[in-house]
Amino acid sequence: MLQAENVRIQRGTKTVLEKIDLDLRPGEMLGVLGPNGAGKSTLLGALCGELKPASGEVRLDGRPLAHWSAAARAQRLAVLPQSSTLSFSFRVEEVVAMGRMPHDSGHVRDAEVIHAALQAADAAHLMGRSYTALSGGERQRVHLARVLAQLWPGGNGQTLLLDEPTSALDPLHQHTTLQAVREFADRGAAVLVILHDLNLAARYCDRLLLLEGGRPFALDSPDAVLQPDALKTVFGLEVLVQRHPERGHPLIIAR
Amino acid sequence: MRVFLQPRPLFIILSVLCFLAFWLSLALGPVSLPLVDTLRAAIRLTGIPIQGDNLEQAELIVGQIRLPRTLLGLAVGAVLALSGVAMQGLFRNPLADPGLVGVSSGAALGAALAIVGGSFFGGLPDAFEPYLLSLCAGIGGLAVAAMVYRLGRHNGQTSVATMLLAGIALTALASSTIGLFTYLADDATLRTLTFWNLGSLNGASYVRLWPLLLVCVVIICWLPRRAKALNALLLGESEARHLGVEVESLKRELIFCTALGVGAAVAAAGMIGFIGLIVPHLVRLLAGPDHRVLLPASALAGASLLLFADLFARLVLAPAELPIGIVTAFLGAPFFLYLLVRGRS
Repeated sequence: MLQAENVRIQRGTKTVLEKIDLDLRPGEMLGVLGPNGAGKSTLLGALCGELKPASGEVRLDGRPLAHWSAAARAQRLAVLPQSSTLSFSFRVEEVVAMGRMPHDSGHVRDAEVIHAALQAADAAHLMGRSYTALSGGERQRVHLARVLAQLWPGGNGQTLLLDEPTSALDPLHQHTTLQAVREFADRGAAVLVILHDLNLAARYCDRLLLLEGGRPFALDSPDAVLQPDALKTVFGLEVLVQRHPERGHPLIIAR
Repeated sequence: MRVFLQPRPLFIILSVLCFLAFWLSLALGPVSLPLVDTLRAAIRLTGIPIQGDNLEQAELIVGQIRLPRTLLGLAVGAVLALSGVAMQGLFRNPLADPGLVGVSSGAALGAALAIVGGSFFGGLPDAFEPYLLSLCAGIGGLAVAAMVYRLGRHNGQTSVATMLLAGIALTALASSTIGLFTYLADDATLRTLTFWNLGSLNGASYVRLWPLLLVCVVIICWLPRRAKALNALLLGESEARHLGVEVESLKRELIFCTALGVGAAVAAAGMIGFIGLIVPHLVRLLAGPDHRVLLPASALAGASLLLFADLFARLVLAPAELPIGIVTAFLGAPFFLYLLVRGRS
């Protein structure tokens, strides 16, 4: 499992993230919320080893992240960045197939996984198309399928980090995407997802981490974190918190 | 939707093309040989004794003049095309080319330094000359490749504009240094230096061929092993890292392979531009960007294209001969402009 212990990240002499203590549990979907510049992507960078902590430590299965070989780590930890810069016309299934690189599972198994992952990301109909001809939202779903394929079918001991996977998606696909990620977590994988939409976070996440100015402001269940006072302090936004009439999770309405 | 050629027919077509180029390159020239005689002579050269009339002359021409030249063209074409693929993969940009980002000029400068330095000490030892030249050219290419790469990157992002501009600056620096040498050089050194600037397969000999063939084999064996990692690198460096690629060592390997390949090619045949740009592009248009196909296919296509360009260079003004660098530039520069215009729309 992925653990962060008192992690502090510096850019130059400036501390951009500190006091991060996090234990990402199997089967859990942890949402990260916070205003722009609160350190969400920095947190993701620290958790995947891209940024070296100035102090503290990130451990995967009890071993410091830096001690893992890239190949072994890639079998357990997949990361979806905010945007990708692929400008070569791979076919959609070839992009997703790159997710199978860390595994030697053979051609037949890979093809099954690729298809299943594309289906989970609701992108199976894009098979055969050229990646460069896709829209922004379609590309985002293809990359989600790629990271899902990397850990497929998802289970205990695997960790998925997602940076705003719904930023370019239409309302329907925001839900189908997070539903697919939710199912992935339900199979035992640990998921950390950066989100901007408070209501999506309230609906799909088990726990929420609220960041403010590079520090954790709150880390608890959606019910406990999504309080009008906290949201006023962190986002400067006046909100009403109601119950979802059918599902019962908190529903955030700007005043 | 664009339909790509399947790998198998692609490789069959390219192999046939390459064989055809090889055959014609052996047969055509100031003294054109009948195609069948050429084939017979080539077979006799491999040690299989087959009978035929007047094969001695054909065997002599093929064995002593055209075979080394053809092998040189084959190796230079393959190595330049592979270097182009490696550069474009490294920079994640289809406009990168060893010639454009200055690696070729760096290599030429390395070779020129070796020649001038050698003549200062009374000439390079004959037996080691090709190896020393390849080595110095490789070091020159390596220095420029590393420098362009450093300058072109900022905060983990590769800026193509900076990279190309740095390439232009370093090319200018290298060619003005070569120009200075040319100005100061004696006649014999001058001739060799001019040869490097324009590029030519003329005067190919087995001695000059060996270091290049060695490098060619190393690169052809090495790069395809990294094809999947190169594919992942196109997603971005951090994405490749998350997929289990040791990105830093991959980048070092790519820079090293390019510098070694371009260095050896420049040392053996001078600066031949645009092969590394045109060939990977054409292959991508035919077969898609997957490096598992792109690398071997580019090697075959690069070898064929260079041999055809060389045929053109020696036949169009026969018995005089154009430097092949001029032919490839005539082909390549408009192609580059076309790519720029197409990229803008």
